[in-house]
Amino acid sequence: MADTATMQKAAQKSKRQSELTTRIVINVFVILLVVIWTIPTLGLFISSFRDPNAINTTGWWTAVFRPFTAGQWTLDNYRLVLTEDGMGNAFLNSLLVTIPATVIPITIAAFAAYALAWMNFPGRRLMFVLVVGLMVVPLQMSLLPLFRLYSNAQLNGTYLGIWLAHTGFGLPLATYLLFGYISTIPRDLIEASEVDGTTPMTKFIYLILPLSVPAIAAFTIFQFLWVWNDLLVALVFLGTNVDVALVTTRLSEMVGSRGQDWYVLTSGAFLTIIMPLIVFFGLQRYFVRGLMAGSVKG
Amino acid sequence: MSDIEESVLGRRTIQTALSILAAAALIIIFVWSFSFMRNEEAPKALIAVVALVVGIGGIWALFITVDNLVSQMPVRVRDFLRPYVFITPAFLVLLVYIIYPTIRTIYVSFFDYTRGSGAPVNFGLQNYLVILSDPKLLVAFRNNLLWLILVPAFAVSFGLVIAVLVDRIKWESFAKSLIFMPMAISFVGASVIWRFVYYRSLWGSQIGLLNAIVVGLGGDPVGWLRIEPWNNIFLIIIMIWLQTGFAMVILSSAVKGVPASLLEAARIDGAGEVRIFFQVIIPYVASTILTVTTTIVILVLKVFDVVFVMTSGQFNTDVVANMMYNQMFKAGQYGRGAALAVILLIAVTPVMIRNIRNLNKA
Repeated sequence: MADTATMQKAAQKSKRQSELTTRIVINVFVILLVVIWTIPTLGLFISSFRDPNAINTTGWWTAVFRPFTAGQWTLDNYRLVLTEDGMGNAFLNSLLVTIPATVIPITIAAFAAYALAWMNFPGRRLMFVLVVGLMVVPLQMSLLPLFRLYSNAQLNGTYLGIWLAHTGFGLPLATYLLFGYISTIPRDLIEASEVDGTTPMTKFIYLILPLSVPAIAAFTIFQFLWVWNDLLVALVFLGTNVDVALVTTRLSEMVGSRGQDWYVLTSGAFLTIIMPLIVFFGLQRYFVRGLMAGSVKG
Repeated sequence: MSDIEESVLGRRTIQTALSILAAAALIIIFVWSFSFMRNEEAPKALIAVVALVVGIGGIWALFITVDNLVSQMPVRVRDFLRPYVFITPAFLVLLVYIIYPTIRTIYVSFFDYTRGSGAPVNFGLQNYLVILSDPKLLVAFRNNLLWLILVPAFAVSFGLVIAVLVDRIKWESFAKSLIFMPMAISFVGASVIWRFVYYRSLWGSQIGLLNAIVVGLGGDPVGWLRIEPWNNIFLIIIMIWLQTGFAMVILSSAVKGVPASLLEAARIDGAGEVRIFFQVIIPYVASTILTVTTTIVILVLKVFDVVFVMTSGQFNTDVVANMMYNQMFKAGQYGRGAALAVILLIAVTPVMIRNIRNLNKA
């Protein structure tokens, strides 16, 4: 009897030990992965605050081990890249392009999604197939004909042109997502609001929109990041002229013209990614939802 | 006619007049603001404010004004037109920005059409034949294939393994955040980050992380982006780094859906953790794996920014989307560029058909 009891205890103990080992192994492995995933960005971030001379002579990791060596930290990189390299202007341009290019497609999509979900009209089915079918069409298909159209309409290099281009490319997905959400609003809720004087427009503004906030927020974040991070559409329709360049086109130009000047490249790159990172860390829950929803964009 | 009726009638007339007036005012504001935004002498800040107000307010004003106009019409006309007030803008945008250009690109791809050649001439398949015989383009196809296989394979595998592992640690959400973070970074930003990692100093100490490690281990610094064909792998790594977080987040919610009783039963039957991973978890989340893989495949198919910024397609690293950009906007080979775009479209067609079919089922 005593023997079996000790054996059981020993077995339990070894089981607990092996569980502990597994947990340690998993933790170490995940720590390793997280470090590998984070180090490239960390290197950029640290370098962007280092003196140009220090960047070029010693690796950024030396600054981590000896952070108090005099004269190696500076904010000049940011000052230079914001002014002389036009990154400040590009940042403003990016905001000017991104905000309307996010609001316009969501607005148009929300109206369309409401009609698709709650109104009956000839052509509804066709519109639906269009929205779903066009969702994965590569935007490369549109570039050349649109470029030609824009040349004729003198829209190349204008904000209006790029707002509408992003509106077009983002619209199928936006409509599809918002339809998915708006069509699940209970019918009772909508019928209960039908008192004297309500029109579809008032219903849409005062009932549907407030109820759809989660879906709208998710898509807003997705579209905002998409437009902010886009390079191709900006290259084609806005060009690389410093006056109109966005953070992405500006940075890609700098890689070409100043490929060795790491003090401006690192600070410039960090300026382009700071906005998405703020959105990411600030609104992570919606961000994940938006990305998951928007993962099929064409 | 009673006073009440008369006053109602009067109010209606006033309303109609007002909504027509509002529509006219809106048109004038639009025309004025667009010419103002082109005015190069206006201060930049003012243009910015006008642009934001017109861009955001304009679209709302447009919908409300048109709805107002429709409301003034006789009841039957009004009820018929109303849905179209909501749907027409979306339809027009799709028509101008996707439907017309797609048809036009397919059309142009069959013609000999270059910058300055005027109208497209010589109908035929020559663009496609040229593409399929040009050695440079064949390299681009090979590279695209490499991207299409390696990025989804590694991103999904890493994503799944990490999703399963972080499920069992206490700091799960923190770990997930850091792995997911690259997803927020633009391809251009990521390219600069990795150019720095891959950088080779020609003199002095190596400041690029990878070469510093190589030198630290006693090797010679390597020009990672110039050694063919491995340079493709170093570009692909960037994309894997970007996409793993996405795969992880989506697979993680699927992994959490695996019933605990199923795992428990497998453990009681004596299955090891590795076996559970392959024979319980993977079959259970198979459909999610398929979705994530499709999404990443579609994304990778159109990969452009990374190659454009890192190498511009030099050293045999070109891909179809970058080639298309160069053919269309640099070389002015419109027909050939269009044919390349059509090839991308053909590649996504199965997904399009599946989506529409699912719609018919629902």
